[in-house]
Amino acid sequence: MSYSLAKVDQIIDGYGADKEALVQILLDIQHEFRWLSRETLLHTADRLGLPMNQLYNVTTFYKHFSLVPQGRHAVSVCVGTACHVRGATRLLDRVAQGFKLSPDETSADEKFSLKTVSCLGCCALGPVMVVDGKYMSNPTSNEIAKVVEECE
Amino acid sequence: MSQVNVTINGEQIQAEKGLTILEAARGAGIYIPTLCHHEQLESYGSCRLCVVEIGAGERKKIVASCLYHISEGLVVETETEKINGFRRTILNLLMHRWDNIPAALLEKYAAKSNDRFIDNMTYCILCGLCVRYCHEVKGANVLGFIGRGTIRQVVIFPNQSAKHCATSCPDGMECLNFCPTGVISSQYYGKRPADGQTLPHAHPICINEDINILEVLERVGYV
Repeated sequence: MSYSLAKVDQIIDGYGADKEALVQILLDIQHEFRWLSRETLLHTADRLGLPMNQLYNVTTFYKHFSLVPQGRHAVSVCVGTACHVRGATRLLDRVAQGFKLSPDETSADEKFSLKTVSCLGCCALGPVMVVDGKYMSNPTSNEIAKVVEECE
Repeated sequence: MSQVNVTINGEQIQAEKGLTILEAARGAGIYIPTLCHHEQLESYGSCRLCVVEIGAGERKKIVASCLYHISEGLVVETETEKINGFRRTILNLLMHRWDNIPAALLEKYAAKSNDRFIDNMTYCILCGLCVRYCHEVKGANVLGFIGRGTIRQVVIFPNQSAKHCATSCPDGMECLNFCPTGVISSQYYGKRPADGQTLPHAHPICINEDINILEVLERVGYV
């Protein structure tokens, strides 16, 4: 924990401990640790001189922030309108089966987290799945199984 | 301080520069309804009942009078048909969260409840008066918002600042006096709900040392 708080300090110092940069700081912290723990939030509040209720206000307002641990590999399935009409529900079923996870769940070994998102801006590829930033258009069950295997 | 001339409902008024339309109007005895405004607090602009029409002819626009500052020659109308229509809509929507809205308001703007909307009597209209009072006047930050949209609600964080809460308001929670609907003084205040008990949506929840924020978020359907 001491190491990670040092990392948090480093991120905060990178923004000159400016409370105006709160969202950016939280994004960077989340990028580093994949989620925002209570300790990290308390420390950030302390460093920026912000009340804790404001941090909870911000972190629960933006869907992107996670207050629960996330897996090492982020799996997203788009269920936006375009993907929906092109079969996102069927893709989501396949992905859930392939990764053995239900939407918004993180595997017990913290390897994968499955999330649904509302639009990724590549509707022409729909229905689309993203694993660690890699986009896949309508992957088959076999292709999904291959991705599961490739991930460490 | 320099004075500026403004026209409110056709009446010429001199007011101090830097005031908001609402302050200038109230100073001149002109009524504008509000729910989220309080003299002690910064303007917030969440209830939108204070909307007024400014400008003339083609350049008319609708602004929240509690946030809009007056300037020389500003022309304001506070009770046009369009404005009252807006207020009626706002009240129509509020009626589904708060069923004892002051009758005078409902009558004045002919607000009626509408079958299209499902009743969700939370009695919290998210005006933020309690949260802002706690933050701005008391500096205690015991109350706060979580979530957004339909799940946004006021929660209490006494574990962060239990001592602030007690020292800031030694005679009991002063924020209770600010709630326009009275929900924050309800029986749920400061009590942990029993397991399995479903809380009326926006009732404040007490987050004690032993209650994790996640548990609370889960309870309100956030995570």
